[in-house]
Amino acid sequence: MTNEALQNLISSWIPDLEFSEEESQFLNISVQPEHLHKLMSQLKSNSDTSFDYLYCLSGVDWQPELGVVYHLESTTHRHRIVVKVKTADRENPTFDSVCDIWRTAEFHEREVFDFFGIQFNNHPNLKRLFLTDEWEGFPLRKDYEDEINMVIK
Amino acid sequence: MNIALNITQTFQDWLVGFMPEGAASITAMVIVAVIYLMIFAVAGLYLVLLERRVAAWFQLRLGPNRVGFQGLLQTMADALKLVSKELTGTDRADKFLYNLAPYFVIITSLMALGIFPFTQGFQAFDINIGIFFLIAISSIGVIGILLAGWSSNNKFALIGAMRSGVQTISYELSIGLSLLTMVLLTGSLQLSEIVETQKHGWLIVQGHVPAIIAFMIYMIAGTAETNRAPFDMVEAESELGAGFHTEYSGMKFAYFFLAEFINMFIIACIATTVFFGAWLSPFGITESLPWLGVFWFLLKALILVFLMMWFRWTFPRLRIDQLLSLEWKYLLPINLINIMLMAFLVWQKLTIQF
Amino acid sequence: METTVVNNNFKSEEYFINMGPQHPATHGVLRLLLTIDGEIIKKVDPDLGYIHRSIEKMCERDSYQQIVHLTDRMDYLSANINNEAVCLAVENALQLEVTDRIKVIRTIIGELTRIASHCLWWGVMGMDVGALTTYFYGFRDREMINDIFEETCGARLTMNYNVPGGLMFDIHPNFVKRVKDFVAHFKTKIPEYDRLLSNNVIFQKRTMGVGVLSKEDAISFGVSGPVGRASGYSCDVRKHHPYSALDQVTFKEALRTEGDTYARYQVRIQEMWESLSIIEQLIDNIPEGDFRVQTNAVIKLPKGEYYQKVETARGELGVYIISTGTKNPYRLKFRSPGFSNLSVLNHIAVGSKIADLVAIMATLDLVIPDIDR
Repeated sequence: MTNEALQNLISSWIPDLEFSEEESQFLNISVQPEHLHKLMSQLKSNSDTSFDYLYCLSGVDWQPELGVVYHLESTTHRHRIVVKVKTADRENPTFDSVCDIWRTAEFHEREVFDFFGIQFNNHPNLKRLFLTDEWEGFPLRKDYEDEINMVIK
Repeated sequence: MNIALNITQTFQDWLVGFMPEGAASITAMVIVAVIYLMIFAVAGLYLVLLERRVAAWFQLRLGPNRVGFQGLLQTMADALKLVSKELTGTDRADKFLYNLAPYFVIITSLMALGIFPFTQGFQAFDINIGIFFLIAISSIGVIGILLAGWSSNNKFALIGAMRSGVQTISYELSIGLSLLTMVLLTGSLQLSEIVETQKHGWLIVQGHVPAIIAFMIYMIAGTAETNRAPFDMVEAESELGAGFHTEYSGMKFAYFFLAEFINMFIIACIATTVFFGAWLSPFGITESLPWLGVFWFLLKALILVFLMMWFRWTFPRLRIDQLLSLEWKYLLPINLINIMLMAFLVWQKLTIQF
Repeated sequence: METTVVNNNFKSEEYFINMGPQHPATHGVLRLLLTIDGEIIKKVDPDLGYIHRSIEKMCERDSYQQIVHLTDRMDYLSANINNEAVCLAVENALQLEVTDRIKVIRTIIGELTRIASHCLWWGVMGMDVGALTTYFYGFRDREMINDIFEETCGARLTMNYNVPGGLMFDIHPNFVKRVKDFVAHFKTKIPEYDRLLSNNVIFQKRTMGVGVLSKEDAISFGVSGPVGRASGYSCDVRKHHPYSALDQVTFKEALRTEGDTYARYQVRIQEMWESLSIIEQLIDNIPEGDFRVQTNAVIKLPKGEYYQKVETARGELGVYIISTGTKNPYRLKFRSPGFSNLSVLNHIAVGSKIADLVAIMATLDLVIPDIDR
């Protein structure tokens, strides 16, 4: 499916999605956190899109927003798409977990939680993955400071 | 030199000239025990060296070749190092059992060596239930392994010990039954008599088909009994670290290590005695020189030892359930049928005798 | 360090055991918290981070040339392919067209890296199932590749041979001859691997039907590389999104459908053959040209987002760069193959024995620095 066809199809499901192809090689969809899970399960289950392969799940600190970027690919149609979700809440950022849709998200969401402090609702085992439980702060956030271990240029 | 039935007797007869009979008997036993201890401690070390050289040969390496000529002193140096090392242990280990375990293992394996007829009359102790004694002694060693695993306070060691218990109990049956198959041919459990029978042809020839089956079963079960690859589930370094001896260091570890090699030698010695005519030379070529029997005995035993090393450096390891199904579903039924077959041969006098 | 909350809801027979961080089968500092009932595994809970160096954070302060160095240290067995991933991402962002010579050399070195990695895996796989000799056979052949690398760029493992815009140096005059010698040598050695291990009945019993991963689960878990292909999931990035000179060659994607440990083993053996064939197709006519296209000394990527995926020996490596137009990436995410492949471990190992877990881990071919990044 071409990006335009994808855009037409997906925009018919949920009203306030933002589409963009600027500065990226894929079609980017920005979605509100409350629609995230609905959109994702549609993307997976709809036979025209069938994005069954979540190949990259990255946390990003856009300052001031925190967000998650999902790279999706369909193993049947071989088209790719990027879904982005953002929130301005830095104290308690929370999104819905997608690990019931793609099981790989279970580990990747734990990684994002570990480094960005983003909470995921309905995650079966959301705890620190790499860092110790008592670690303070979230290292990949832009405002993280560690005077001992970080070399700041 | 006129040699009596066994060397303990020889010593005793000689000592009677100096002291009362009771004292002579005890002194003779002690002397023989010390001699055996020294010979086989050193022999065990050289088996380790042999294994390392053989492994190196299989693995495109050179192996130890620096200490002494061609590395001949390497394992001596290793033993010296191990003696000088600190004996560490875990907290809350059962200290008494923990310290006792290595001695169980090493003593049982040295005890078994006492009864082998290395050549005519060169036998420390010619017990009349020889084979039975060997089977009994070799299964005591597993108690040491169980103790080691249990008392170490380490779960990996415990898993290893439990595996060892299961494995030894199972394969004990096959060892016993395959030797029993051969005993049908000899009619005696005494090792010197078993050798005597073989002057009319080695038992593997006398018993032909069932004897060869029994030998193969014996070698498989013997390898399992000594916990060597492909049956080294007890140690299984990639699964359990080092298995039951994970928590042992220094000389206590060395006892386990040495016992493994002596056990391997024992298994080869039993096979040599029961299947390949012990010290008898092939076709009686050196019959007039009984002292050469030592050479033939060691040659045969070392060939079998080499075979077991070959197994170890070639095969992957079995899984514990496969190990058990191999024994209970295959080896044991085959063994039972084989005994019947052998009994039939003996009954119908279908054995080959020269 | 108090990282573990041991679940106290054990049934009476179950117990808990700590496999790693120092354990021979985990090949590095992976720690697995196992819940075991006798010998049967009830739960595998990986505990990571023992060698996490936060490469992604370091990348945010480094220039693009410097980032290439860091990628060596992720999956050190596919060091060259990791380098290539970052270089390709940067070149695509700059819309820099590299010469054919660069593409071909990158592909040859990449495939050699893959063979070297699989050689090591094969040796270690044998060792994990108890056949210690394989280790030395695998290393014997890997050594030849490392020698070629040493002659080419001076390094044997963490090569750092690629730079954005091309290669650090041109290939050594001996390169073509030595690679051909290696290909001829290795063609006689893969059958030897089969004779020693693949056809061994104990090995087959140990691996067949163990750790079965279905195709649906493989996709859902984001598994890639040989692990995915053994489940019948066509996921070879070289096929679906060819990069460098991979669109000039023909090769078969090694696919099996069983999804068990033995299938994963066979896929890797098959891949060694395919890599040899790719090398053979390219080695005779390496095009003339520059080995490096000039770039600015300070590379600044245009504002935007770039994603590049490559196929390392372990699977799909993704490089996701968000640039704000400065000389450093704003955010750089490595989607490492080992991380996703590890996540499947609990799913396929539950219900098998401890010995099976070791065999399964061996065929997942985990490189811990790749997981920990």
